Amino acid sequence: MKHTISVLVENEFGVLARVAGLFSGRGFNIESLSVAPTLDPSISRMTIVTSGDDRILEQINKQLNKLIDTIKVIDFTGEEFIERELCMIKVTAEDDTRAEVLRICDIFRGKVVDVTPKCYVIEVTGAPAKINAIIELLRPMGIKELVRSGPVALGRGPKGWRSND
Amino acid sequence: MKLTGSKILLECLQREGVDTVFGYPGGTVINIYDDLMDSPIKHILTRHEQAAVHAADGYARATGKVGVAIATSGPGATNTITGIATAYMDSIPLVVISGQVPTPLIGNDAFQEADIIGITRPITKHNFLVRDVKDLATIMKKAFYIARTGRPGPVVIDLPKDIQLATAKFEYPETVELRGYKPTYSGNVRMVEKAAAMILAAKKPVIYVGGGATLTDAHAELKQLAEMIQAPVTTTLMGMACFPKRHPLSLGMLGMHGTYYANMAVTNSDLLIALGARFDDRVTGKIATFAPHAKIIHVDIDPTSIKKNVRVDLPIVGDLRDVLTKLLKELGEHAEEVTKQGDRLKPWLEEIADWRRQQPMSYVPSKTEIKPQFVIEKLRELSSDDAIVTTEVGQHQMWAAQFFDFVQPRTFLSSGGLGTMGFGLPAALGAQAAFPKRQVIDISGDGSFQMNSQELATLVQYRLPVKIVILNNNFLGMVRQWQQLFFNKRYSQTCMELPIDFVKLAEAYGATGLRAGKPEEVEEVIRKAFATKGPVIMEFKISREENVLPMVPAGASLNEMVLAS
Repeated sequence: MKHTISVLVENEFGVLARVAGLFSGRGFNIESLSVAPTLDPSISRMTIVTSGDDRILEQINKQLNKLIDTIKVIDFTGEEFIERELCMIKVTAEDDTRAEVLRICDIFRGKVVDVTPKCYVIEVTGAPAKINAIIELLRPMGIKELVRSGPVALGRGPKGWRSND
Repeated sequence: MKLTGSKILLECLQREGVDTVFGYPGGTVINIYDDLMDSPIKHILTRHEQAAVHAADGYARATGKVGVAIATSGPGATNTITGIATAYMDSIPLVVISGQVPTPLIGNDAFQEADIIGITRPITKHNFLVRDVKDLATIMKKAFYIARTGRPGPVVIDLPKDIQLATAKFEYPETVELRGYKPTYSGNVRMVEKAAAMILAAKKPVIYVGGGATLTDAHAELKQLAEMIQAPVTTTLMGMACFPKRHPLSLGMLGMHGTYYANMAVTNSDLLIALGARFDDRVTGKIATFAPHAKIIHVDIDPTSIKKNVRVDLPIVGDLRDVLTKLLKELGEHAEEVTKQGDRLKPWLEEIADWRRQQPMSYVPSKTEIKPQFVIEKLRELSSDDAIVTTEVGQHQMWAAQFFDFVQPRTFLSSGGLGTMGFGLPAALGAQAAFPKRQVIDISGDGSFQMNSQELATLVQYRLPVKIVILNNNFLGMVRQWQQLFFNKRYSQTCMELPIDFVKLAEAYGATGLRAGKPEEVEEVIRKAFATKGPVIMEFKISREENVLPMVPAGASLNEMVLAS
């Protein structure tokens, strides 16, 4: 089963390697990982999508917590949360498909961020399933290249990750 | 007052109460070594960096303090890896300081450069690269704090040469704040109450003790608990000396080379009380059939240890001594039930006594050949109760664990988790440096001994009177035993065909060498060695194909043992 986990870590040299090394060293899967500093520049937030049974997930949680640089681990499993991913797609857009590409882009509320006579670069955000859907629709048009950020996630409701908020 | 980085380092060591360090100089630590000449800290020069770390480890295991080792960059630092991994697996508090090439050269493949922070990341509790001399004192404070608190472990500090030369105002922080590191010491009272209830309801309880009891010095509480509830106690290799083996409730060691009665007791128990142990595969055998009828209470300071290998019915995260103190108090409030419980457990203890009568720990004595078990028994008989025993890894280690009756905690120092050959001699060196007046004995085999035999020089140089026992069978005995039992006696690369004259080797280093070839010579050699002032090698030519038994074959259940008779 897929799980989305947020890890708040010290924004320090080598922390990404510690987290990545933990996953590879213990044979845990990483489907995606994204990381950037938070409002507090001394803290970075990682969003990791992983998979495994309950026992493995429990170990992943505990092992992440065990790292000295880990401040907080949030497993969104069973929680209400929002998950968003950014994707940029370089898609062929010549005479016969140019209009259709734009229509698909519109339906998904994407944006054309680069235009040439023969192709568009489309920027689209959404839950991973939505990204998968637009990719499938654009695939027949000829996708030259694409990049996905991997999902980032936030819990719903007024509560922040700091327990004292 | 401004100080150089290398002086700050030494000041910090003093503030942490470090009196002895083990190490080996080199280009990127030469400034530290220069300042060391003016420092009250004693430095012991080992003959290999691996040995420096094992020595610091032995020092830490024997004293409970943080051990410190120093190595230069590149090969010096990579030589420490086995030592660090050994300490990591057994949760031993160490601070290892490695020199590094100057900051501007890092990443340039400079001479004697290695990414030691990258290399040691998975085998340390934490590590630090010092990038500004202003951070050094804080990092030192954090390193010692991390090493010794929670579940202890090794911490590496990588210190570039230019940082050692740079200056900063020295101020040692009084406290340390790590927002991501807050170990749980205090066991949850409600969980302890539940544990007490489970204990009072059990008919066939077994207490299973690991290294956590050693690390928290919880032996007194452990003994009190066992006697209070009249439950039998079995220990892992790491918990070995925490419960006196001659105690009527002692079952000795469990697991692959554990006693028949310990393994039978665990297999038939209805409650397993796991204290500071981590259900290692050498302990559990086949997981699916491990303690199949038992509810499991697991006390450990490291939450990752709980439910990692086995299902747990009642987890308690906390410091073992704290939890045991609370448990004793809780049980004390049910004095009447506890007394009844003691009576109720009599049939269980009788059942265990039967297993013990059927298959006691034994070996076939010989009048013509020296049996290794006989040597161990004689060693115990002729050594004092507070003698510190270290071992290497292999058959001799298991014979020591099986046949040496330890009575005091922190007297058995052995590489349990990593199983490092070559650990025992430098660990003995470190223990002897900590306790110059106590008897320190390294029980070794001819294979393991040769992995760090260069440390004989260190023993002689620093007048560390370690007594080395080599149980010599000219084999890599443990592997040979597996080949005999599971590979149709095909002894591939396990015969040490070149016989070494260990007596001459001892003499070459200026130590004393003694040899026994017949059983009747054993006692005399041991007596002579113990009466000699300096380091001594005692070589015993033992029966070559003696096996360590009982044995649970790899992957088998604990009750499927190959027995001695």
